[in-house]
Formats: sequence, C-alpha cells, structure tokens
Amino acid sequence: MSLPAVLAQSSIKPRDRSVTGCPQNNDLCPGWIADNVDRYVDPFVRHVELTALALAFGFPIAFALAVLAYRRRWLVGPITATTGILYTLPSLAVFFLLQPVTGRGITTATIALTSYTLLILFRNIMLGLDNVPAEIKDAARGQGLSANQQLFRVELPLAAPEIFAGLRIAATTTVGLATLAFLAGAGGLGEPLFDGGDGIVFRGNVVFCGLLCVLLAALFDLVFLLVQRLASPWQRVGTA
Amino acid sequence: MDAATLELRNVSKHYPGAPKPAIDDLSLEVGAGEICVLVGPSGCGKTTAMRLVNRMIELSSGDILLDGRSVKDRKPAELRREIGYAIQQIGLFPHQTIAQNISTVPKLLGWEKGRTARRVDELLELIGLDRSLAKRYPAQLSGGQRQRVGVARALAADPPLLLMDEPFGAIDPINRERLQNEFLRLQGELRKTIVFVTHDIDEAIKMGDKIAILKEGGVLAQYAPPAELLTFPADRFVEDFVGSDRALKRLALQRVRDIDLWKAATVRVGEPSAEVARKLEDADVKYPLLVDDHGKPIGWLSQRAWQGERVTHDLRSNADPIVELDDILRDALSDLLAKDSRYGPVVDKDGCVAGVLSIEALSHALAANPEDLPSPSERAAAELGE
Repeated sequence: MSLPAVLAQSSIKPRDRSVTGCPQNNDLCPGWIADNVDRYVDPFVRHVELTALALAFGFPIAFALAVLAYRRRWLVGPITATTGILYTLPSLAVFFLLQPVTGRGITTATIALTSYTLLILFRNIMLGLDNVPAEIKDAARGQGLSANQQLFRVELPLAAPEIFAGLRIAATTTVGLATLAFLAGAGGLGEPLFDGGDGIVFRGNVVFCGLLCVLLAALFDLVFLLVQRLASPWQRVGTA
Repeated sequence: MDAATLELRNVSKHYPGAPKPAIDDLSLEVGAGEICVLVGPSGCGKTTAMRLVNRMIELSSGDILLDGRSVKDRKPAELRREIGYAIQQIGLFPHQTIAQNISTVPKLLGWEKGRTARRVDELLELIGLDRSLAKRYPAQLSGGQRQRVGVARALAADPPLLLMDEPFGAIDPINRERLQNEFLRLQGELRKTIVFVTHDIDEAIKMGDKIAILKEGGVLAQYAPPAELLTFPADRFVEDFVGSDRALKRLALQRVRDIDLWKAATVRVGEPSAEVARKLEDADVKYPLLVDDHGKPIGWLSQRAWQGERVTHDLRSNADPIVELDDILRDALSDLLAKDSRYGPVVDKDGCVAGVLSIEALSHALAANPEDLPSPSERAAAELGE
C-alpha cells in the first residue's frame, strides 16, 4: 500500500493552513520547530498514553495467560500460536480492519497496540518462570508453600529480570507501532510525522518527530530498568 | 516439638508406564529421635522413598504413619510445614535475606514477628553463624554457610521429623566432615527423628542409628544398625555395597575404651626391682612402662633400668604413640602404624595410663566376625531367655 493510498483510505483531510517561511522549502528548520513546539505537545502526550495503555492492558492479559500456561503446560502451544498470529498481522491492516467494529479513535488503536504486546510479554513471563532453578522450586514446595505462595513469593520475584526485559522490549516496539495510530484516528506522533493533520510536511518535521519517538522509547526503557533495580536489590549484591 | 515416630507400611510406588516399581513393598520403622539413613546405588529409589513421606511424591499403595497418623489424611502443604526439608542443592531463595529464608515456615504458620525474629537468632547461634549475616543474601555466603542455613531453615519451626537428601553431598571433603560432626553434635541436643538419604556408605555408617540399604527397584535389602550391617550383611548385595573393607569400617564404629586392652606393668623410678619382675608376670607386654608420679606414661624401660636394686630412668624407647580411651579405633590403629609400633599406652582423661593398645588387641576386636559373635536372632533368643 503506498502512502497516498493509505492516507486516502484513512480519510485524513489536510486542513488548509498557509505556511510561510522555512517549511515551504522542505528544510530541517529547527527555528520554526522551536517557535511552533506547541504543535507537537498534544501528539507527544497522546503517544505516551497509547504506549502506556497498550502495556497496561497487555501486561495483565499476558500475565494471566502465562500463569495459566505455567500450570497447564499444554496451553503453551495454543497461546504462543494465537499471540504469534496477532503479532504477525500487518499493523496497517489491523488499524483499518478494526475500524468498522470499534470505530475510529483511541479504542481501536489501543486494541491493536495491546495485541502486539501479548506475544513478547507472554513469552518473557514464561521464560522467567521456567528459568527459576528446579531446586528452588523444589525447596519452596518442600517447605510447605501452596501453589499460589510458590508463584507469588518465589517464582515471580525470581522471574522479574525476564519479565522486565519483556516489558522493555514491548514498550520500545509499541512506541514505534504507535506512530501508525493516527491512521485509526487516534493521533500520536505519527500525525505530525506524516503531515500533522494540517498539511505541513517538511524534512525537519520527520526528523524531530522521529527524535521524540526515540526519546520516548528510551524513557520507557529507563523507567522499567529503574523499577526493576528497585524491586530486586538482591541482584546487585556481590558474591562471597 | 518432640520427635515423632515414623512408620512405612508396605509402601509401593509405581509410575505409570514404568515396567518396574520405583519402590517395592517397603516397610520400616524409625523410632523417635533416631537417624534413619536410606542408602543404596543410584536408581534404588532412596530419594523417592524419602519424598513419599512429605508427599512430594504420592504413594501408589501402602501407608506412611507419622506419630501413628497417616500422611494420606493430611493436606500436603500443611504436612510439609511440619516436616523439615533439606536438600543437596539447598535451594535457598536468592531474593530473600538469610533471616527471611530461615523464617519461611514460621511465616507460613503465622507466627508473630517477635517470635520469628527470636527463633532466627536462636538458629543462627545454633548453626554457629554470626548474627550480622542475617541481613545478607545467600549469594554472599560460602557454600558451607549456605548449607548450614539450609539446615536452619529446615529446623525453623521445630519440626518433629526432618528429611535430608544428601545434605552434605555438594561440600568438599574437609568441610563435609566438619558439617557432619557439627550436625551430629546438633542432633545430640535436638534429638529429632531424621530420614537421611545418601549414596555414600561411609556417611551412612557415620550418621545412622539405623541404615536401610535399598536395591534397584526400591527393594529393602537390609535394615539394621551400622555395626550389625557390617558384621552380618544380609546377602551378597549388602556385602558388596558395604565394601570388602567392612572389617576396617567397623573400626570406625568403636572407641578404644570399647575393646579389651592389654595390661601394662607400670613402674616408677626408685621402685624395688623385684617388684618389677612380679608386675611383669601379670602384664601382657614384656617391657615395664615407666610412669611419673601422677601415673602419666614416660617410656618403656630397658633391661638395664631394673638390673640394680631399684628402678632407674633408663629407657629403651619413648611411650609413643600415646592413645586416648575416647579415640576411635581406626584413628588409634593409624597412629600405631604411623609410629611403626605394635603397641602404645592408653591414657584416660587425666593422662594416666589405663592400659595398652596393641595390634593383637585390635585384631582380636576385629575377629568378632559372624562365627564368633551371636547372630541377631541368637541374641534375640538370648534376650527372650532372660
């Protein structure tokens, strides 16, 4: 699908706004961007919202699926296959295909973005649980911890590194995918990146929005890293 | 909590699809406060048998009674909280401090915080770990320290029964011996009922009040105290398993005070020589042993020393080695061999001569083989007759 075709389908009607100065020449125009920085604030905030929502829905779903599959191993295959199929669906198509059902807007975008986080999160939570050494699981059971106590007091804390790694990958991926959310009418940095909804398209615009995406991805990464370190002090101790 | 009795009654474990049972009609009783060692080659089901007790593995048939009560009537998790559990790989929780690890079961049982904290302190002292280590994580401790913490965690709620699966298996030989001795000292105070799994017959002999030797397929070959096992192996399998040096192993079970020692002619400087000749007639060693005023051995007298009227300080050799009554026979024999000596004076706690240990006396003790000793059934008959 070529971009004009996509834009035509997405029925984004560029508003006419007369632009004077630098952007007309399709330059980088840092000065113009600095003067018009308010133009990027709402899309940026929306981008954060989209990513956070996708993780906020995706994590509990993936978590529940992982716990289920951890207890009933035969579910691992079907769940991996299902989340895998969701993951491989072309994102562009999903943003459009969902619209007849859920309409245009943030709901559609959140559903699509959430479905993309599931495979990554599910697999990492499973990996983390499976990586807990067998003797630790055996000791936990042998001391008389119930199945839930084993899970929440021992296995999940020890799976934290893999789980957080999954969250970080999912966050980075979602920040990237969310640039297409504007196709479902949900805004985000994709809007100014492609044409801003106001028809202002120039090279500096693309670079600046791209930088904001990278910054956002790095920010999410950093936050999860910090939380992980605070949550598992035992990983930083030296060995005897 | 006091120690519990444990009884395995015709216990079997079949795994679906396996041609042979893992445990085959196993029956044994462990008295309160006894250490029962399960030993055998790999694949004999010793670990399986142990894990049946706290229902880590479910029985196929038979029953297991803890203090007369079937484990089948208990909820597994609740049952396990009443049974201490220590394994070779220890399995400390790496994300919890030493104190948190030790308080695992008290926490599950809902002990209040103060009681748990006091118990942690008590256990750290019991296993000889500095209290400052309580806030460390397992990764910050040495292997031996971690092993001790594993035992402390198993003891935390003062369980009447302890299951230990090769608890010292992953420790180097020197520390292993130390931990074994420490544990035996601990058991002397605690008097828990213990099921102890090992593949090492020497460890079994050292630790066990009674030893159950299992054959492949989970068949009980013999269940007896160590000395009986070494003296009267039930069959060829047990004989092979305890090793061809079982006579020597028996030396490790006895102390010098347990055997008939030789008599020595102890004399002092200045004693009439006639007295020496009289004492020698009564003694098993043909040389007089010179002792000081307190009766401590100095050396073996030469012929010349009692040629005159009174004994003089003229030695043919020093009293070397000197053996103590509480020495283990194996160590005492080793001392004799090391000094290239056929006998050595034995001293009591105060260092006074109590007799002489000789190679002959040792071999006499060893000669207590099946032909010379009454068999278990003969002894039982004799006891009935009394």
